[in-house]
Amino acid sequence: MRFVCRSCFVVAVVAVASPAPSQAVEPAVAPLVAIRGETVHTMAGPPIKDGVVLVENGKVTLVGSAQDIPIPPAATVLRGKVVTPGLIDAHTVVGLSGFLNQEQDQDQLDRGDPIQPELRAIDSYNPRERLVEWLRGFGITTIHTGHAPGALVSGQTMVVKTVGETVEAAAIKPAAMVAVTLGDDSRPGGDGADKKSPGTRSKAVAMLRSELVKAQDYVRKRGLPDADKRPERDLRRETFAEVLTGRLPLLVTVNRAADIDSALRIAAEFKIRIVLDSAAEAYLLADRIKAAGVPVIVHPTMRRGGMGETENISFETAAKLRAAGIPIALQSGYEGYVPKTRVALFEAAIASANGLTTEEALAAITSDAATILGIADRVGSLQPGRDGDVAVFDGDPFEYTTHCIAVVIDGRIVADTPR
Amino acid sequence: MIVRWIGFAACWLGLGVAASAQERPIAFVGAEVLPISAPPIPAGVVVVAGGKIAAVGPAASTPIPPDAERIDVAGRVIMPGLVDTHSHVGGGWGGDGSGPIQPDVRILDSINVRDSGFRKCRAGGLTALNIMPGSGHLLSGQTVYVKLRSARTIDDVLIRDASGRILGGMKMANGTNSQKDAPFPGTRSKAAALVRQKFLKAQDYRRKVAEAKDDPAKLPDRDLEMEGLIDVLEGRVIVHHHAHRADDIMTVLRLRDEFGFKVVLHHVSEAWKIADAIAKAGGACSVIVVDSPGGKIEAMDMSLATGAVLEQAGVPCAFHTDDPVTDSRLFLRTAALGVRAGMSREKALEALTLAGARMLDLDDRIGSLEAGKDADLVVLSGDPLSVRTKVLQTWVEGRKVFDRDDPEDRLFAVGGYGASRDQAAQACCTDSRFSEGR
Repeated sequence: MRFVCRSCFVVAVVAVASPAPSQAVEPAVAPLVAIRGETVHTMAGPPIKDGVVLVENGKVTLVGSAQDIPIPPAATVLRGKVVTPGLIDAHTVVGLSGFLNQEQDQDQLDRGDPIQPELRAIDSYNPRERLVEWLRGFGITTIHTGHAPGALVSGQTMVVKTVGETVEAAAIKPAAMVAVTLGDDSRPGGDGADKKSPGTRSKAVAMLRSELVKAQDYVRKRGLPDADKRPERDLRRETFAEVLTGRLPLLVTVNRAADIDSALRIAAEFKIRIVLDSAAEAYLLADRIKAAGVPVIVHPTMRRGGMGETENISFETAAKLRAAGIPIALQSGYEGYVPKTRVALFEAAIASANGLTTEEALAAITSDAATILGIADRVGSLQPGRDGDVAVFDGDPFEYTTHCIAVVIDGRIVADTPR
Repeated sequence: MIVRWIGFAACWLGLGVAASAQERPIAFVGAEVLPISAPPIPAGVVVVAGGKIAAVGPAASTPIPPDAERIDVAGRVIMPGLVDTHSHVGGGWGGDGSGPIQPDVRILDSINVRDSGFRKCRAGGLTALNIMPGSGHLLSGQTVYVKLRSARTIDDVLIRDASGRILGGMKMANGTNSQKDAPFPGTRSKAAALVRQKFLKAQDYRRKVAEAKDDPAKLPDRDLEMEGLIDVLEGRVIVHHHAHRADDIMTVLRLRDEFGFKVVLHHVSEAWKIADAIAKAGGACSVIVVDSPGGKIEAMDMSLATGAVLEQAGVPCAFHTDDPVTDSRLFLRTAALGVRAGMSREKALEALTLAGARMLDLDDRIGSLEAGKDADLVVLSGDPLSVRTKVLQTWVEGRKVFDRDDPEDRLFAVGGYGASRDQAAQACCTDSRFSEGR
């Protein structure tokens, strides 16, 4: 099934992407771009002083000291104080949750059923959404976006570049994870009032375990030698089957320590991959998370706590988890009101002022984020063969008053207005 | 009524002054001092006595009283305590669902001063707040101006004038927030009509009071709604008016001109589109800076450059947190983002302090480091506009109310387990920090 699906997707890419784009949003391709920075953070080694990054036909071809790399005369040259890989927002809902916040532009959550893993992010993503452009202007070139927290299993996520006229053109991983929520947000009725959603934490875990058990049966029966005895295709079970095989991790949005523990318990029982998301109290269980080998996409550093499950949130969560040896990334998260999205660059900045070093905070929105998302062979570092995604700044990227002055995606200059 | 005011005043004058006056002068020595009302002083001295600023100036020319406690703050930066013109900390609720215009309702009657939000404000360097009811009404009630003194009850944080009157503003809003089923307005025109009708009624009531000339037989019955609006009509109370869209902003100014009240425009997402018109009309803006546009239709054209555009046009500009919309601990960041988008450093810092004080009519007491003003100040580890700068200490009226070196205070500054609980009850006279004279 998965094979069939992916074939469809490839066909769609060819069909939709081949006609010339009709709108002016697609920037001109610069076949050769040279980016020179007083400091180049490659994220594949120590920062390079007075470094150059050469991008040819969309890919990084050379990275090194300006003394060693002559800039070809034909190259379009960008200069800045600090050069980084294009930044990665490790979890957002931008493109599904529109900036107007009206019913008609909110596609991140369907409340028809508490368990809907079959909902694909590619079928809701709007590449023209204004917040995509907003993030891009701050150097964010890749986002992990999709269905939001707020239902036990709300749907799939995906990874896209922040350019492209169509989701097919933008996506680099059309199905990335399956979004699960444990804790209060998994029971929108509060007490199972909608007769479908879980009314308690125990019920939520039981419902999720049941789904995984049913998916195990489904996989077994679909493999029966007698075709007549195989069950009909079922999108819900197919998606959970991908979770069981490890191809799709569960992205478990969870905040309280006890709920984090529940997520680890489920992962151990079914031997599945999970990624913890938000995880406001993860610092209370750092040893267990580390032992389980589970990465954490840490809540936006500036996410408001105050009440409910995030009351114990800390500016230092990222630093504490990183110090414990847990792989971490940072995110813009989900915002239900104003601002409609946060900016991962800003979240990393606050984390860098609260315990992470500059290089560590940068890794949380570049190389480490790419590793957690399984896209490190494409993005997240500046080295030959990687995508030509680059952000250029006129100072320390984390300083409030610094501007992102140029953004390159796949070798194309997609933003050059200081922001 | 009058008797009650006098009672309040006496109580406050007796208790409040005793509680706020520190015994021994304090001299902060060696920091870069940003008075806001004057150019920065590289290695300055701030002398504080009796809860007031006694002197501010260069170390060489500013005498330090011999009995003063000297606090070495070399390498640090001192600026006035931050003034937040629009906050919702303390869990207060204003008007209820009974109607769109509720000038009788006071936010001060519902604030929990033990809310940890107050401690987070101190951790952010805030020393004075305008605490507002929400924006779901055309007029949601009376706001209250507070000082972030250590507090057991709301009375401990109130700001009063010389007569003992509690100081605050009036919260109003237009645009989409208040649009709902009747008796709330369904359209913008209806909203304006409802407000105008109410103010006309208040004018009428005011005329009757004046004509009665204190004759009890002729005085109309007391009416708390009308009394609240008379304070507005007579300019004793400033209207703090939520308005996002350009046309909503102009509507506020139109009503101001019709009824002659004082107003500060709040949020002003689209002020950048009509900055010249606001300047011409003599408008003043309190601006929120958030990390992206949208979230509601009115904020779709929000710009980080609002402060810069208003500065260019000559419009007075302050910032606010709208806490919980933005985090009081990161209020300095608001100004820094304003600078990122083109505002001058001087105006951005003024927008956190003196400009806000002016919009609360408190600039004779707070907002800058000048002799005679309240000793409300913040000690920073460095440049106020740097992400790496920490608020080290916050002082209100000569008393230290936040110290990052104190583990409990630090918890509220960075968050963590327990950082959102109601703050522990603090008695003004049993807390060791007070018995030590801070």
